[in-house]
Amino acid sequence: MINVSKLKKGIVLDHITAGHGYRVFRQLGLDKLSDVVVLMTNVDSERMGKKDLIKIETDLPLDFDVLGLLDPGITVSYVENGVCVRKAHLVLPEKVTGILRCKNPRCISQTEDVEPITFHLVDARTKEYACEYCDARTHL
Amino acid sequence: MERKRRLIEPGDLSTGEIFHLLRLANDILADPAKYGERCKGRLLASLFYEPSTRTKFSFDAAMLRLGGQVIGFSDPNTSSAAKGETLADNARVVSCYADVIVVRHPKEGAARHIADYADCPVINAGDGGHQHPTQTLTDLMTIQKHMGRLENLTVGVCGDLKFGRTIHSLVSCLSRFPGMRFVFISPEELQMPAFVKDLLHRNDIPYEETNQLEQAIGSLDILYMTRVQRERFVSEEEYLRLKDYFILTEEKMALAKPDMIVMHPLPRVNEIQRDVDSDPRAVYFDQVKNGMYVRMALILFLLGLDKEA
Ligand SMILES: [Zn+2]
Repeated sequence: MINVSKLKKGIVLDHITAGHGYRVFRQLGLDKLSDVVVLMTNVDSERMGKKDLIKIETDLPLDFDVLGLLDPGITVSYVENGVCVRKAHLVLPEKVTGILRCKNPRCISQTEDVEPITFHLVDARTKEYACEYCDARTHL
Repeated sequence: MERKRRLIEPGDLSTGEIFHLLRLANDILADPAKYGERCKGRLLASLFYEPSTRTKFSFDAAMLRLGGQVIGFSDPNTSSAAKGETLADNARVVSCYADVIVVRHPKEGAARHIADYADCPVINAGDGGHQHPTQTLTDLMTIQKHMGRLENLTVGVCGDLKFGRTIHSLVSCLSRFPGMRFVFISPEELQMPAFVKDLLHRNDIPYEETNQLEQAIGSLDILYMTRVQRERFVSEEEYLRLKDYFILTEEKMALAKPDMIVMHPLPRVNEIQRDVDSDPRAVYFDQVKNGMYVRMALILFLLGLDKEA
């Protein structure tokens, strides 16, 4: 059993799709923290069957766009004095900048040094985003 | 600083602005002399990183007929791009001289990138397989001129619908106007891509798909023909099997409405037989002429010279 209350102060990322925990861990740069970080995988979940979970024993600014893009099902809980004081639900961001790369070989971004590309969400179901330069679709 | 106006894709223009440009283009067509000096002292730079004689002529002629002047290149090997200068620097440097930039480039998104760095308005004259918005304006002007309206039309598009950017852009743009219906006529291998059909679904615009031009032609107000290119087919046999479905002949024209118009972005190969050229419903050469007038209107608009002094 996972007991969130064991965490005195910090952040819990719950309901991560099973197997995606490590990717979330890396994308958020948690490997560079000096604080305690717990990554648990394949935890039993009533709702999901299996899930991954991350506990971070510090408060750090999270990039909700990156998180939403990685896995919009994640629940973020902020814990203080052992109790959850705030929960945040994620959404797939309408646009993301500097996270995705354009894979279209004919896109100008492949040959010229362009500003970080903004991608716009075009299909929430398939999580597809379109490159602002060439409109080619991509996903994480 | 106020962001410079640009035309990278049809979405950069509101529907009101499109109607304004078409009105202006028609006014220029009716009385070209009135506009003969309007761009006096103005300079257009045409940067063709990929050769396209007909598009370059159209823009150059448009600027010259407005009394302006033109600088530029039509061969990328003579430009500073060949010396390794970035497009961003090209844009910054050229916009020191020019009042408006026209750019054609083989890479998708190149015109937008240039517009981000240029200190003057930028017009996309084709960025790879992506956008060619002045072709779309040309098509709209032609439709309005010959049909008298930009609504309640059944538009057939025929040929290579998969790779034809002209078609994607036209269908997307026409979907803004009320009462449109589309018939997509192509071999299965070259059907309209999902992103265009998604757009039509989202806007509740009806369309059908068929591979039979003869059966579809009778219901159309507009037939937009495109080239079926040999290199798109996996095999020569496949190409030979399919190409004749999409050749427009006078026999097929006999099945069409008496007021249907036939359009084509040109150049054509054999998809419209020569005997159709003399049919009064064939308007593809008029399209070329409209292209110049609509570019004249666009240059005036982007330079803020569209209102009478
Ligand atoms: Zn791109």
